[in-house]
Amino acid sequence: MTALPWGEMARLTARRALFAVPVLLVVTFGVFAVAAASPFDPVKAYAGTAALGADQETLDRLRENLGVDRPFTARWWDWLTSALGGDLGQSAVMRQPVAEVIGERLVWSALLCAAAFAAAVLLGTVLGVLAARRPGSLLDRAVTSLAYTLEAAPVFWTALLAVWLFALQLDVLPAGGLTDTGSDQVTFGQVTSHLILPAGVLAVSQLPWFTLYVRQGVGDALAEDPVRGARARGLSERTVLLGHALRSGLLPVLTLIGSRVPELITGALLVETVFSWPGIAAATVEAATSVDFPLLAALATLATAAVLAGNLLADLLYGLADPRVKLNEM
Amino acid sequence: MRCDPMADPTAVTKTVWRTHGHARRSTHTLRLRVSAALVAVTVLAVLLVPPLVRLDQQAVDLAAKLLPPSWSHPFGTDDVGRDLLLRCVYGLRVSLLVGVVAAFTATVIGTAVGATAGALGGWVDRAVMRLVDTFSSVPHLLLGIFVVAMFRPGVWPVVISVGVTHWLSTARIVRAEVLSLRSRPYIDAAVSGGASRWRVAVRHLLPGVLPQAGLAAVLMVPHAMWHESALSFLGLGLPTHTASLGTLIQGARGSLLAGQWWPTLFPGLFLIVPTLAVAGLAGVWRERINPRRRSELTL
Repeated sequence: MTALPWGEMARLTARRALFAVPVLLVVTFGVFAVAAASPFDPVKAYAGTAALGADQETLDRLRENLGVDRPFTARWWDWLTSALGGDLGQSAVMRQPVAEVIGERLVWSALLCAAAFAAAVLLGTVLGVLAARRPGSLLDRAVTSLAYTLEAAPVFWTALLAVWLFALQLDVLPAGGLTDTGSDQVTFGQVTSHLILPAGVLAVSQLPWFTLYVRQGVGDALAEDPVRGARARGLSERTVLLGHALRSGLLPVLTLIGSRVPELITGALLVETVFSWPGIAAATVEAATSVDFPLLAALATLATAAVLAGNLLADLLYGLADPRVKLNEM
Repeated sequence: MRCDPMADPTAVTKTVWRTHGHARRSTHTLRLRVSAALVAVTVLAVLLVPPLVRLDQQAVDLAAKLLPPSWSHPFGTDDVGRDLLLRCVYGLRVSLLVGVVAAFTATVIGTAVGATAGALGGWVDRAVMRLVDTFSSVPHLLLGIFVVAMFRPGVWPVVISVGVTHWLSTARIVRAEVLSLRSRPYIDAAVSGGASRWRVAVRHLLPGVLPQAGLAAVLMVPHAMWHESALSFLGLGLPTHTASLGTLIQGARGSLLAGQWWPTLFPGLFLIVPTLAVAGLAGVWRERINPRRRSELTL
């Protein structure tokens, strides 16, 4: 194994970080612009029912105190400068600083996504290779049809049915939450048993595209010259399939991993809601229901950053896996 | 199977051939027919059942609440005794309507943006495509949730939410199509004949782009329905009195935890079947146009 090209990887990372700056600027600006164009009034949301009886003067004073009398560009700039210092504002619905809300929940969301993604990649590769081995066979058709059906199934629906089957009918796994009711202790065993069902459902929702792309990649690779050459040399089918076809067939799939991060986040959002998983998603839905703007703005920015990071990771992997790809050309 | 080339030298080619020829053609025809039939049944059910069948989907019958599927109620009844089959058809009607309007909105935005970028070229093109890249870095549902949260409640926020999140792919397709059309001789002829930039764009480029944009719009309808039902499921979508499939699934959560599976299962199936049918039609169409790139994920 040769040494990793650290220098090139660092340069690619730096270039992507530079590209991320304008993207994040535009996204946050857009978030503030949409909020300014919407009928949502922060003063009325802040004062609640008290705003109904209040006279205009009081409302104006409140408006000034909250700093919402200024144009949205000025508010955006203020938010941006204080966000760089780590202050993302105060979440009204959680009654604590936004940075704290996110910090507490990020770990659990990351855990769920990582477990689901790893499971989807492993299972997807196995199913994809099995299907590609004999195109048109019964197994191939079964895998493909299953993949299409699962892709069409809404993930919250699959999640609900999984709860019904595994938690209610079979009673083998807990229906939701992070720990059993009545115990506050977050132990490894409890978290694992509570993680299996949500991570499994999320993995199943990410499985179809991965399986189909692996099937496509390996299937194409099986028809190419290197594979024919390997077979002509009398290598075993196992070596041909795993050593030659899978290796080159997986390469195009690697680039797609990055582009699926938005879908993963979308899926996690819905799965976390069904299973009351204490991650970012539950906070998002709560923030949206009670129009908690500081929290929503921070979450949109965070999700965008996660997507950009995912794209970078996929490109780095691709550069490492395929010696023909030059990292400094990406 | 161990595929030993020495024992059977034709084994490799056989597996490749098996996917072509008559057998393949007939499975295609079957897929085409099944998909077309399912789309037709869906559209007919949605269009004809409400005006023709004189049944009230909101009719509450507490004596018949939470009945499992039977002959009189093929999908069973919900927690206040409403017939689920009827509720699903009405829910599909709402979902489909929202999906079609939202997909149309997204296609109009995408076509306008893509055609502008492709036809003008230069820095406009670069700026617009950078904007498209930026937009695709935000997860759709999160952006949708944000829009709906700010403009809630109602049908239009949902439509807008789909419109602003789903135009990106159409913009890319239309731009690529315009770029390839721009180099055709008939465009050169129109330009040298003195046609204005606007006239070339509207009279010569746009008609050539429309078939692609139309296909993209049809394929987007299931996506838009999915987006709407996800929002409705989160309680951020349509108001509860206009029940869509997502609202139905959301409303069934209580019964599900009590062990009744049917109020959850059937609305979901109503979402899956049309999606698969549309994907099947698009897949057959795509393979007829371009048989090289089969088996691509087209949902």
